[in-house]
Amino acid sequence: MAGLWPGAAALAALLLLIGGAFVALLSSTGELDPAGLLADRYLRHVVLFTLGQAGASTLLSVAAALPVARALARRSAFPGRTMLLRLFGLPLVMPTLVAILGLATVFGETGWLNRLGQAAAMQPLHFLYGLSGILIAHVFFNLPLAVRLLLPAWQSVPTETWRLAAQLGMRSRHLFRVIEWPLLRQVLPGIAGVIFMLCFTSFAVVLTLGGGPRAATLEVAIYQALRLDFDIARAVELSLMQVALCGLVLVLLRAWRREVPLSASFDRPAARPDLGPWLGRAGDGAAILGAAVFIGLPLAAVVSAAVAGSPGTVLIEERLWRAALRSIAVAGGAAAVAMALGIGILSAQRELRARRGRPRAAAMLEVSGSLIMVVPPLVLGVGLFVLLSRVADVLALGLGLVVAVNAVMGLPYVLRIVGPSMERTVGRYERLCLGLGIRGWNRLRLVEWPASRPAVGLAAALVAALAAGDLGAIALFGTEDNETLALLLYRLIAAYRMEAAAVVAGVLLALSLGLFVVIERGVGRRGQA
Amino acid sequence: MGPIFQSGTESAAAQHGGGYALRYITLAALAFLGAMTGAASAEPPVLTVYTYDSFVSEWGPGPAIKADFEKECACRLDFVAVEDGVALLNRLRLEGSTSKADIILGLDTSLTAEAAATGLFAPHGLPGSSVKLPMTWADPLFMPFDFGYFAVVYDSTKVSHPPRSLKELVEGDPAEKILIEDPRTSTPGLGLLLWVRQVYGDGAADAWRKLKGRVLTVTKGWSEAYGLFTKGEAPMVLSYTTSPAYHIAVENETRYAAAGFSEGHYMQIEVAGMTASSRQPELARRFLAFMVSPAFQQHIPTTNWMYPVIGVALPEAFGQLVQPSKPLLFAPETAAANRKSWVEEWLDAMSR
Amino acid sequence: MAKLELEAVAFRYEDMAMSFTLAVEAGECLAIIGPSGGGKTTLLNLIAGFEKPLSGRVSIDGRNLAGLAPAERPITMLFQEHNLFAHLDAAANVGLGIDPGLRLTASDRERVGLALAQVGLAEFEKRLPSQLSGGQRQRVALARSLVRRRPLLLLDEPVAALGPAQRRDMLALVNRLRVAEGLTTLFVSHQPDDAWQAATRTAFVHDGRILRIDETRRLFADRSLPELNDYLGSARPRDDN
Repeated sequence: MAGLWPGAAALAALLLLIGGAFVALLSSTGELDPAGLLADRYLRHVVLFTLGQAGASTLLSVAAALPVARALARRSAFPGRTMLLRLFGLPLVMPTLVAILGLATVFGETGWLNRLGQAAAMQPLHFLYGLSGILIAHVFFNLPLAVRLLLPAWQSVPTETWRLAAQLGMRSRHLFRVIEWPLLRQVLPGIAGVIFMLCFTSFAVVLTLGGGPRAATLEVAIYQALRLDFDIARAVELSLMQVALCGLVLVLLRAWRREVPLSASFDRPAARPDLGPWLGRAGDGAAILGAAVFIGLPLAAVVSAAVAGSPGTVLIEERLWRAALRSIAVAGGAAAVAMALGIGILSAQRELRARRGRPRAAAMLEVSGSLIMVVPPLVLGVGLFVLLSRVADVLALGLGLVVAVNAVMGLPYVLRIVGPSMERTVGRYERLCLGLGIRGWNRLRLVEWPASRPAVGLAAALVAALAAGDLGAIALFGTEDNETLALLLYRLIAAYRMEAAAVVAGVLLALSLGLFVVIERGVGRRGQA
Repeated sequence: MGPIFQSGTESAAAQHGGGYALRYITLAALAFLGAMTGAASAEPPVLTVYTYDSFVSEWGPGPAIKADFEKECACRLDFVAVEDGVALLNRLRLEGSTSKADIILGLDTSLTAEAAATGLFAPHGLPGSSVKLPMTWADPLFMPFDFGYFAVVYDSTKVSHPPRSLKELVEGDPAEKILIEDPRTSTPGLGLLLWVRQVYGDGAADAWRKLKGRVLTVTKGWSEAYGLFTKGEAPMVLSYTTSPAYHIAVENETRYAAAGFSEGHYMQIEVAGMTASSRQPELARRFLAFMVSPAFQQHIPTTNWMYPVIGVALPEAFGQLVQPSKPLLFAPETAAANRKSWVEEWLDAMSR
Repeated sequence: MAKLELEAVAFRYEDMAMSFTLAVEAGECLAIIGPSGGGKTTLLNLIAGFEKPLSGRVSIDGRNLAGLAPAERPITMLFQEHNLFAHLDAAANVGLGIDPGLRLTASDRERVGLALAQVGLAEFEKRLPSQLSGGQRQRVALARSLVRRRPLLLLDEPVAALGPAQRRDMLALVNRLRVAEGLTTLFVSHQPDDAWQAATRTAFVHDGRILRIDETRRLFADRSLPELNDYLGSARPRDDN
């Protein structure tokens, strides 16, 4: 029983928050009419498009991430590897607007690529505005995340397996088929699920880079229903539809998953036997370089815009640094709350799976925790507002509410990143802990924490950086007095101050990178991926 | 808690001649009461104004207006910033009559019909002649505080022959692209939609089909569109006639200009109103009167980059701006009643 | 000292039905041998509480263990593998036997040192499991069982990975500790020689049942049971081994 209560508490808190938001919304509106949704032709088109672009983006991101992750796993020590991995954390956490402008600087009509092409007397390429633009942007956001989520799978191969493979004279492709692919099958469904949900709920990217209203996701329809038409019933219906669709995809992905029994090794990590051939080296180098360039160029664009925007005048502004401090505070708070909630749910999952032999309940817990990702932030925000305004003064809650919303939205990442790591320790140490009576808090502290430190570090850093760059919750609950960097950025752009905005974007990027470095090194130890 | 209360309570306790404890309790209770009433009499009345985000930002009109009004009224002005005009209306709808807002500032005329229908606004009592607009102002619930015209802003270094009418824009060379905003998610986007509707009437769908070829992309909001425009992604963008003024006045940059259209330009009139549930109705009316006075209006051109509603001196940069030949505007009721179907028509035309 | 009794403890694994009836005297050392898949490890798991019997009774000194969690039983069990936490050093691993929260007083730490010395690993406190050989890891686990001071010790193939000399030393160590601390010991082994060396009695488990339990010498001399013959073969352990 002791093992279940933190998870139960976390889940209860979540249900209260989200369920309360939905209930509050529903109570202020009429009845729902789900049948009417399907009759709308444009809506059907939107649903199909959303599914299609999300599916294509996911496939592309994962397919591109696999060779890069493999290359990074094989070449485990080259100068700059750790920094590269930290940089991989940035695309996802940037405010979308900044990312779009960065991508446009590189891949746009008058971007670096086209200018280079012009110099070489080539025809200009128009691929940023349209479906291809959406895919490029989604791969930019998700490939780095996928790489970082895939890497630990390689680390979990026991030493003896590599030695055995060496003895049997297995080549690279044998290794992949026999050892690596089965492991990947275990983690890919989870990773693909996260990326699918991210792409499914993509809003600004699809609208801005999509080229026209043919490209629209369900989120746009929800946004329109809630904001423009103030049709709360419809907004709730559409949100529920979104959650249901994603839930279906997650379940399907899970069905494809294969558990791989892992025996852990006490031995020192061994080198793979296939590192020698120069073809492999070249391939790895190309993959890593390709990814670094694809990710690095838009980041460099943001930095160069920041440098060009006369940073001297902006950086001395006190307002900038106050906003930065608030961003850090929100980041830290959101990470802490998300970790607490996540670890609670994961312990409950572990309880259900290992001790009570109820793996399906555990799986449901995991899926529902992840589905939070597809609850539209606008719906969540409005629902929370309605819920809380009856009980408290929402304005006074201010940043606290922003922290709460960001923590809830960061929870799925905690579940997806720390979950697999905790699963591995369960397999190894379940009996031992039972026999010695190591339970609950002791178990977390002494057994799971040390083993999961790198995963916890990555998850905490990711949630923190996401919260720092968040423009959703802060736009809903932000006020004059609790301005974060992201809000400051948004306000500068709205006031025509593009150059100053570019500098703030650069500061935000640096702050996010700093969060990754500090949290991962401090929490994760050894800077291992 | 001034000395008056202190000596008063002490003598009262001494006269009662109770025990030590009783004296202290009485002291404490009376001090508490004194603090409450004393505080209440020293505290100025608070006027809460809900407005949109860029209004209260450091470079917006908010800070200066707050300072000026507080001097004049011996009160405290509290701003509550919401994302934009649409969010303002929705926030009010959600809060209903329990809202803390006394003034809602930042709706535009495409929203006023719906706002009036909520029944949450009270008449401002100001004469329509208080303001000078291209048309007479007769709305009893809302008072305008600034206005602007939508316009196609172009980069004069890339566009040598800017379109001189909406027709020329619609039928022009598809290779010369424009960035526009989505009417479902952005006010300028909705403005362009209504503009095309006003000029083309029922032929609007055809116009959009023709224009579609020139559209580089339809962005979520003005920020994305203008950001991409200043990056050079497209030589034209939908913005306001006053946009170039910022670049001229602050950045000394003269390459951006607005294209004057012969059919006229669609207007955006921003208004404010007082809530029916306001706890400071006198103060609210006073604020609205202040709003159409020079003290408020003088700040508008250089902070909000819109036109003032009374005659105040305009900055030099404004003199270089395109002056629309004809202001276009739908009556709020018409805009509200038809918006949904017009947006659907737009979606249909642009999706093929 | 603890007397262990199993009365018709029934269990089912896949399609094998098991039933064990057993009585182990206090301070005894019982070896459990038999072919793989016969239920030896399951027997230990049932005693330790990692598996729940379908029926029957497991009791120690007359006290029924039903419903008690593994950590609550007066038992320490050493598994075939993963006895140690890979990220904690030897002293910490042993210390967990005293307090599962690793909150140790000075005297607790002394006990840890003593236990490690008893198993011959006095200088190894700071070593991580990856820095220890297989036999040393087993001894650390044994040291932990000492500090727990539980009267019943279960060992699942404790010497399987060790060479002949190491096995003898380890089993001798176990016996020394058993006598010194008054432990009742059960161990599973694949090598009848181990039973010969260390056990007072030996039980032969086959197909989920204890077919024969007897003094070790007598059991190995017995040729009447066909299953035992099949298992042991013609060469039997002898005194000059």
